[in-house]
Amino acid sequence: MNKNCPTEYNPWLHYFAIATAITTFLLLGLGGLVTSHEAGMSVPDWPNTYGYNMFLFPIGKWVGGVFYEHTHRLLASAVGLLTVILAVWLWRGDARRWMGRLGLVAVLLVIAQGVLGGLRVRWHMDNLGVFHGTVAQVFFILVCALALLTSRWWLQLSAERNWVSVPAGLRSLFVVTTFLIFLQLMLGATMRHQHAGLAIRDFPLAYGQWWPDTSPEAMARYNSQRVEVVTETPVTAFQIILQMFHRLGALAIFLAVTLCAWQARRQLGRRDGLARMAAAWHGLLILQIGLGIETLHSNKAADIATLHVMIGALSLVTGALWCVIAFRRSDATPKLAGNRANSGELNCPAVLALGGK
Amino acid sequence: MNKILSILAVGMVGACSAVSAADIVGTVTYKGAAPAEKTITPILDDPTCGASYNGKAPTTHFYAVGANGEFGDVIVSLKDTTGSTGASAAPAVMDQKACLYTPTILTVQTGQKLIVKNSDPVLHNVHLNPTVPENEKANEASINAAQMPNGADLNYSFVKPEKFLKFQCDVHPWMFAWVTIVDSPYYAQTGADGKFVIKNVPPGKYTIVANHRKAGEKTQDIEVKDANVSVAFTFEPK
Repeated sequence: MNKNCPTEYNPWLHYFAIATAITTFLLLGLGGLVTSHEAGMSVPDWPNTYGYNMFLFPIGKWVGGVFYEHTHRLLASAVGLLTVILAVWLWRGDARRWMGRLGLVAVLLVIAQGVLGGLRVRWHMDNLGVFHGTVAQVFFILVCALALLTSRWWLQLSAERNWVSVPAGLRSLFVVTTFLIFLQLMLGATMRHQHAGLAIRDFPLAYGQWWPDTSPEAMARYNSQRVEVVTETPVTAFQIILQMFHRLGALAIFLAVTLCAWQARRQLGRRDGLARMAAAWHGLLILQIGLGIETLHSNKAADIATLHVMIGALSLVTGALWCVIAFRRSDATPKLAGNRANSGELNCPAVLALGGK
Repeated sequence: MNKILSILAVGMVGACSAVSAADIVGTVTYKGAAPAEKTITPILDDPTCGASYNGKAPTTHFYAVGANGEFGDVIVSLKDTTGSTGASAAPAVMDQKACLYTPTILTVQTGQKLIVKNSDPVLHNVHLNPTVPENEKANEASINAAQMPNGADLNYSFVKPEKFLKFQCDVHPWMFAWVTIVDSPYYAQTGADGKFVIKNVPPGKYTIVANHRKAGEKTQDIEVKDANVSVAFTFEPK
């Protein structure tokens, strides 16, 4: 294999990468169900399950919270296996050496993620759960990027000469907004792993005020009135402030994504793929805010709260992939062509097939 | 002569002990409307747990308030007293029955054995959340322990006082119990009638503390002499 050549499009590798990304997305959802059902500690041991090899744990014992936690572990194992296969495939079958390395990073991340999840159970550390939730988002971005980078569309994009460059200012705006979403998801993960349910129940006000009273007297009053069927834990001032920042973060992100969508349309034209992607991103954010509000109104119903997690992950990955595409498209064409000519890349079969000259 | 002196001495000690301890008796009342309890609807979603309830889910019991304000599940103790007799006290027992903890509020002394049973035909995990590190370390091996249907009892013991240490089952996330650990034998927990008795308290000045998990804490300064002391606490909505 000529390492100077861009890889030939391999539909099966691409489909496999898509399958890995979809399975990871489902795993994120199942992880959301685990925390929404407060089931994270329902299987006390790890890597075994109630003393059984986890793959041999009898189905009859998959009851209550065990169902969510155990199926989460099984699906995580499947994602781990898919990731290893994908990495080996990329290493051996993709001419782009850096793709093999990305595959290796994905394997390391999925291993770290599994160990984090296991240690969170073994060490009873909620803080590890926050990291577990955060690494999950990073891993999801990576496998989605691998699916994108193995696509015919991406390879054609690499070979095309006539793409519209994305201005640096617009790219920076998207990078910052995507990073804001990442921070927001970390805040959300921290909230979920406090196991205190909803620290604030009303919206748009908070305990009847724009900024709630968090004095010791007020906290004692809130907790004395609070009756929860699950997550019956006293709410702390920290948790209330955390939710307030999550609300403010949602507002800031909504404004930023609105600006992104508007600027993408203005600077790239409304027919441009990235402008359309930005519009879809805007739609996702509206849906996500709606789900956040409904999470409050439904007293954190597990299905709604889990959808909130999943759409949050989709919002993040949409922003991240937009940035990846934008930076790829913004490579200076003459320089690229020169480099490619010097490297002999333009004589490669894949480039010729995709219109390279 | 020595024998007579010995008998006299024993008699005097006995007499002294008879007059040197008194009971603290009291009532705890909740004045006003307590927050409404909630129905534990998820319990019906679990076929095994739901079978115990014939379609009618139980409710939470965070405020055990009687018709005349009798306030149950309040823990009354004497502040800063020590001398736990937990090591020789009968073990306290908490059961998991029909997918609920029984009782949900319990008080034990440091060093006292706490037995957790599972009378259900379904597995539970007994998950403790101590906030005092010494109590966590003392129960490290069983801090989150599986308990199969009718499985072996789990045993716990605590070394430091702690208020409302939460026990939970993550398999059935509505299952909670709160265990308070005190460091002396001078404590009581109000029953459904809101009454309590702390027995054999030596004479002296004390601060008596009434603690409710949701309603908070009330204190009074009292003096115990040679007669029983009556105390009344009243909680109100905050």
